[in-house]
Amino acid sequence: MPGMSGRFSTVVKAKISKLLDKAEDPAETLDYSYTKQLENLQNVKKGIADIVTAKKRLQMQSSKIEQSVVKLDTQARQALSAGNEDLARVALERKNVAQTELQGLDQQVAELEAQQQKLVDSEQQLRAKVEAFRTKKEVIKAQYNAAEAQVRISEAATGVGEQMADVGLAMQRAVDKTENMKARADAVQELEAAGTFDDLTALGSGGDDIDRQLKELSSSSVVDDELAKMKAELGSGAAPQQIEGGESQ
Amino acid sequence: MIVRISGEGQYRLDDSHHTQLNELDDAVVAAVDGGDEDAFHAAFEELLQFVRGNGEPLADDDLSASDHILPPADLTFPEAGEEFTGDGLIPEPS
Repeated sequence: MPGMSGRFSTVVKAKISKLLDKAEDPAETLDYSYTKQLENLQNVKKGIADIVTAKKRLQMQSSKIEQSVVKLDTQARQALSAGNEDLARVALERKNVAQTELQGLDQQVAELEAQQQKLVDSEQQLRAKVEAFRTKKEVIKAQYNAAEAQVRISEAATGVGEQMADVGLAMQRAVDKTENMKARADAVQELEAAGTFDDLTALGSGGDDIDRQLKELSSSSVVDDELAKMKAELGSGAAPQQIEGGESQ
Repeated sequence: MIVRISGEGQYRLDDSHHTQLNELDDAVVAAVDGGDEDAFHAAFEELLQFVRGNGEPLADDDLSASDHILPPADLTFPEAGEEFTGDGLIPEPS
């Protein structure tokens, strides 16, 4: 690969020279290289599994928060029909925060999904190349003209090494993204642990520390709008109803 | 010549495309040098599309090495600053 430039090419070159490390005996080089390729393939599979795990975690969080959004919306309506506007406002503030988190999570799940698909495709290419190398390996071993073999080994290993390096780079990018997402997932978990998305009926009249923080987090204009909309709906619609306990309906 | 788009795959292009490929590569370098992020994304996308559109994808089990390696499609502008410098990734035709 004379004249290749750029960081990606540099990584590829380094990978290939590593793959050809033991260059004295052609047969040994071939077997060593093949073993390395299989190890690499194994690592790629593990890497993909890690990304799937990270994605599942985010999906679980997302569906939990989705439930909270529905519940808080219901509670806001109930509070409003019972004439308790303060409680309705608290519920809507929480819903607002939950919805913002939900959007962030869903976007990240979609990103991870795309990364995963790319890696699965790359892994498939790598597997095909490793298999082709295995076949070629036996041919080269059989032909045994040392100088000729050396050239062929180098050619074959370069093709696989390039793919290995490329999958490695894609994996690194995916891992970096996953790390960033972990930070966000942890932040959401903290909010959850603090009771942010909890059932309001368990909380009493509000006004505690969580609510103070929520007022800062949520967008008051969105909450005002939603409250007004809800009032209009309720005013034009059904008669006031009794506020119900969260789980008892 | 064989061109790899990192994270995507390898494409075989006729050598006659070298000049055009080099021009597209230079356009990416110019956008990066000019600090123009929008222009970078447009030029980089055009470069990748040229390879995809004019190249024949290599079979998965083909062990040929690439002559040129392009960064992945999701390359960020700061990352581009490390890649597209000087003559870019495609050398000037001799």
